[in-house]
Amino acid sequence: MSTARTIPPAPNGAAAGETPPPDALLAMYTTMLTMRRFDERVRDLSAAKAIPGYAHTYFGSEAIAAGVMAALRPDDWIASTYRCHGHAIAKGVALEAMAGELYGRTTGTAKGKGGSMHVSDFDVGMLGAFGIVAAGIPIALGAALTAMRKGTGQVAVAFFGDGAVHQGVFHEGAGLAMLWNAPVVLLCENNQYAEATAIEYHLNTSTIADMACAYAMPAERADGMDVVSAYAAARRAVERARTGGGPTLLELVSYRFSGQYEGDAQGYQPPEEIARWRERDPITTFERLAPERGISTEALARVADEVDRAVDAAFAAAERAPFPEPDDLFDDVYVSYP
Amino acid sequence: MAVQTFVQTVARTLMQEMRRDDRVVVLGQDVGKRGGVFLATEGLFDAFGPDRVIDTPLSEAAIIGAAIGMAVHGLRPVAEVQFSDYVFPGFDQLVSQAAKLRYRSGGSFHAPMVVRMPAGGGVKGGHHHSQNPETHFVHTPGLQVVYPSTPRDAQGTLRTAMRGEDPVVFLEPKRLYRAVKEEVSDDPDATLPVGKGVLRREGDDVVLISYGASMAETVQAAAALAQQGIEADVIDLRWLLPWDEELVLERVARVGRVVLVSEAPRTANLVSEVAATIAEEILDMLEAPPVRVTGFDTPYPYAQDRAYLPGVNRILYAVQQVLEY
Ligand SMILES: Cc1ncc(C[n+]2csc(CCOP(=O)(O)OP(=O)(O)O)c2C)c(N)n1
Ligand SMILES: [Mg+2]
Repeated sequence: MSTARTIPPAPNGAAAGETPPPDALLAMYTTMLTMRRFDERVRDLSAAKAIPGYAHTYFGSEAIAAGVMAALRPDDWIASTYRCHGHAIAKGVALEAMAGELYGRTTGTAKGKGGSMHVSDFDVGMLGAFGIVAAGIPIALGAALTAMRKGTGQVAVAFFGDGAVHQGVFHEGAGLAMLWNAPVVLLCENNQYAEATAIEYHLNTSTIADMACAYAMPAERADGMDVVSAYAAARRAVERARTGGGPTLLELVSYRFSGQYEGDAQGYQPPEEIARWRERDPITTFERLAPERGISTEALARVADEVDRAVDAAFAAAERAPFPEPDDLFDDVYVSYP
Repeated sequence: MAVQTFVQTVARTLMQEMRRDDRVVVLGQDVGKRGGVFLATEGLFDAFGPDRVIDTPLSEAAIIGAAIGMAVHGLRPVAEVQFSDYVFPGFDQLVSQAAKLRYRSGGSFHAPMVVRMPAGGGVKGGHHHSQNPETHFVHTPGLQVVYPSTPRDAQGTLRTAMRGEDPVVFLEPKRLYRAVKEEVSDDPDATLPVGKGVLRREGDDVVLISYGASMAETVQAAAALAQQGIEADVIDLRWLLPWDEELVLERVARVGRVVLVSEAPRTANLVSEVAATIAEEILDMLEAPPVRVTGFDTPYPYAQDRAYLPGVNRILYAVQQVLEY
């Protein structure tokens, strides 16, 4: 019997002394709320068929991207997945360019060539979103090796889901990362489902962190629904990488509130289970704990207002942005082609 | 007679074959309780249970490789890859192992297995959810490749594939999964012969050749031509490896003009092979050079996916070229 789903309730997950100051916390809250509002818009626009294709929302895991990115330098790298909106927002990709990409407009991060599953922005260290599960892991490893070689002190974080640990490239990437002591964090967002497959079914070890044993890799498992806990765990892994301590497998446990993609009826997730995890919603949890963390209700309200305006503006701009010309589909296949 | 969509027919044919032959097992991600992402395996888990309808983790190489092992040792596995774009992590198992097993064992063993995968664009999936990978597979001797376009053909070709002795890549046009319903046979032994195409329409002015998802636009183009008084022969290849050289050469020799349609990228597209064969075999019967209408040599684009697909207008333009040559 796997213990994977029985994580200790740790609303204050960070070890003593690791709670960041109020202004840093408020920044994390802003990031989380932006993800939430952005994806609510995506959910509605998908339902209305205004955004075509498959959209994967991040509801339930906001604390992970917000906490991890707060532990990174702006010039650090991340590799994301098709569930990329939260990662991209937290890493600093412009909302308008993201919304533009979802709408398939010229203002999108890939000029409309990629869509929801393929947001990337090298200027902010977002290596890209990969529609193929686990594909980003060795690529993040390569970015980390480059940083090591150049001595820049940069770290790379590879995001992937619980399902991704069954792909060969996860194991190949983990093995090489350890072999070369690469400054990379293998960041597993364990939202407890891989599509319709629950983690109890697909995982043999009790936790994903346990898998690091095979590579003699340091590992940690922490609450991914409390941003302070996610931040603190990420900081330990990132500092290890940055100071020459090599890779870490960091498992952050959350829960997928939505279906696999927008429109998935989610019938395989028991309603009581969803309800139980919703009580630990990272955003309402933060709001509840805000006073004791030195953050006023007024400050939260100000953030909510700012976020609403920013998200509104991004989608409004994207709706007005031009569609690419059909012929543009021939651009950007190669750098040079005789 | 049952009236079914493409995807319903796939599920029903799997069900019938599993009933008939208890060596048949189905495996893949979420094929069991969920019935598959597109519901192509709906009902199988309830009927046959977890020993024969196997939910696997997210491991394409192991899914295809395990299917090979099962096939060699007496089972008849049907593996599902959720989108054909995900076959590439399992590419070695399919292309370097399954395809070459019989050859490398001097004919002493072989792998009777089917790997099903929804393919093609038109669903705004972007470049990792829209590819047409058939070129890779038709370039792999040892595999058979099927890409039917209608429910009836799906029924017959899937059953033939499952009863065959060789590894078959069975491509399913996902944008046609629910596009049409038609009568399918109630005969639990209805099969279609390996390597045989079908004539969808007869005409004397031009031959249109296509397969898979692009058949939809090809048939529409033929209807539009008929309105202008131009009668097209329409060939649906159905099987891509082997493909129906006899039917193609016979019809093209008769008419002398041919347009070939496929949504995969242009270079080394299967229809390029068909066009080359036509040129080699019956050049003197042609009134005009064969013209291909294909996807472009680019990754599959998100915003411009309709422009990328060979639509009716592009087919009509090609027909005009071969008629006015
Ligand atoms: C190689 C590959 N196989 C299958 C898929 C289809 N697929 C997309 S998401 C997914 C589940 C992934 O689950 P997990 O890694 O836990 O990430 P989550 O979606 O929960 O964030 C699957 C099977 C894919 N994209 N790539
Ligand atoms: Mg998951």
